[in-house]
Amino acid sequence: MKNMTEIRWHGRGGQGVKTACEFFAAVAIREGKYGQGFPEYGPERSGAPMKGFTRISGEAIREHCGVHHPDVVVVLDESLVVSEDVCDGLGRDGTAIINTARPPSAFAGRCAGAVWTVDATKIALEEIGRPIPNMPMIGALARVTGLLDIETIGRNVERDFAAKFGRKTLDGNLRALRRAHDEVKRDG
Amino acid sequence: MKRTLALTGNESAAEAMRQINPDVVAAYPITPQTELMHAFTQLVADGAVKTEMILVESEHSAMSACVGAAAAGVRVMTATSANGLALMWEIVYIAASLRLPLVMAVVNRALSGPINIHCDHSDSMGCRDSGWIQLYGENPQEVYDNMLQAVRIAEHPDVLLPVMPTYDGFIISHTLERVDVIGDDEASAFVGEPKPRFSLLDIDRPVTYGPLDLQDYYFEHKKQQAEAMKRAKEVVREVGEEYGARTGRAYGFFDAYRTEDAEQIILCLGSAAGTAKAVADELRDGGRKVGVLKLRMFRPFPAEELARAIGHARSIAVLDRAEGFNGVGGPVCPEVKAALYKAGGADVFNYVYGLGGRDLGPDLIRSVFDDLEAGRADPREAIHLGVRS
Repeated sequence: MKNMTEIRWHGRGGQGVKTACEFFAAVAIREGKYGQGFPEYGPERSGAPMKGFTRISGEAIREHCGVHHPDVVVVLDESLVVSEDVCDGLGRDGTAIINTARPPSAFAGRCAGAVWTVDATKIALEEIGRPIPNMPMIGALARVTGLLDIETIGRNVERDFAAKFGRKTLDGNLRALRRAHDEVKRDG
Repeated sequence: MKRTLALTGNESAAEAMRQINPDVVAAYPITPQTELMHAFTQLVADGAVKTEMILVESEHSAMSACVGAAAAGVRVMTATSANGLALMWEIVYIAASLRLPLVMAVVNRALSGPINIHCDHSDSMGCRDSGWIQLYGENPQEVYDNMLQAVRIAEHPDVLLPVMPTYDGFIISHTLERVDVIGDDEASAFVGEPKPRFSLLDIDRPVTYGPLDLQDYYFEHKKQQAEAMKRAKEVVREVGEEYGARTGRAYGFFDAYRTEDAEQIILCLGSAAGTAKAVADELRDGGRKVGVLKLRMFRPFPAEELARAIGHARSIAVLDRAEGFNGVGGPVCPEVKAALYKAGGADVFNYVYGLGGRDLGPDLIRSVFDDLEAGRADPREAIHLGVRS
């Protein structure tokens, strides 16, 4: 059963949850694993809370439903920690990764599992010039879970986004990816 | 050459269409089908296929253009969802009655109203009696596989009926997964060239399509249509086996998962089946004798084979992703009950679930198996699963 890792993404419309949940799955598939990525399609409004889901497994993935008991939650917008129960269904051995300037201890008691934090918005602003936190959060997720190697992700960012971004934005994204990978931290 | 790709259900259908390279596609966009036709029209624009793409002003026109092109004897495909399928309605019947081997992907979506863009089977179940063969796909891999097989089934000289491969809107159409595809040459060799027997453009052998057909011959033509649908069973089986020999992924009328010694069985169609299989495995680990039957082919309905596969169970839950508004439940359950009429003592219960995209998670499926084991359900009434009272 737990050959599979289930990831739930929380963010707001415009922060790149859809891109992140699908991209992470696509990279896993290209690495020979099984992957599944999809957002929850609600009313599509910029700034509205939204979820995305990623499953990674060594075997074929059969579940086709939302992730109710995640192993990892990735929170792209800190305000959702208060307004939504982002850690719903997360077990004691689960992990939350939160985009925030605050330390993990600031979220004590909010999640059953371990809490990691990284200031992805600041990293995105400094490296990309726009407050879109999905790329740094992908880097943080890779580090915390060890599911995918950061160099592999970097190569796939080049592959999937070079045409869309242009060189300057692409390089900014790659720096943001690696910085969050190195800066994400947990207490203790 | 075999390749492994990361594709959504819609992209997977488009990849199959690229390899099939149909002569004519006529389509109109509708969520959640839109990305399929978006991807395919891009292929047309890029010259990756030789298809004549007809962008029409409505789905009624889309199906009408498909009928005309298919009668001319070329290979024709289209795709739609929900209200788009509803707008095609009269021509959907005509395509089948004229014995035109069209293939139309239906990306299942709730048929309004209130307006809803998410998945249920109310659209394709509505045309279960229209004379189309229906194949329900579980995941993006099956979407690809069913599209290729649909062409062969439709064009088989014993069949000559349109085929509707379906898959769940958003849940499959917009979910990215691993899909193994065969090489372009292998796909071309598998689908082959269309060999129309009665082409409107063959002026040496003139034929008429769609003339007035009154008390004198209409009934005979309907009987022939019904017989073609019966023959389609054998063709679906043959094509599924041949596809399996070529790809390692064989297909039949249904996928009976751990049903052999099962006392409780869930029967469902489409994406729900995968989640149900995962729950069945978990319950089996706890010593419970449960299984899942995923019905792939709803038209023609494999009644005898189904009875043989699940008739031994103590109780069966049929999960319908459409409300039948018949006072007793959904459209699949009555057919399963009829199939089991002489098969023995299984109690059959009907659950209506997932309307308008309501999520069907493992907890709800577990609750169905628990109901069956405890004998809690009432066979006279459908249970609406996961609905708030």
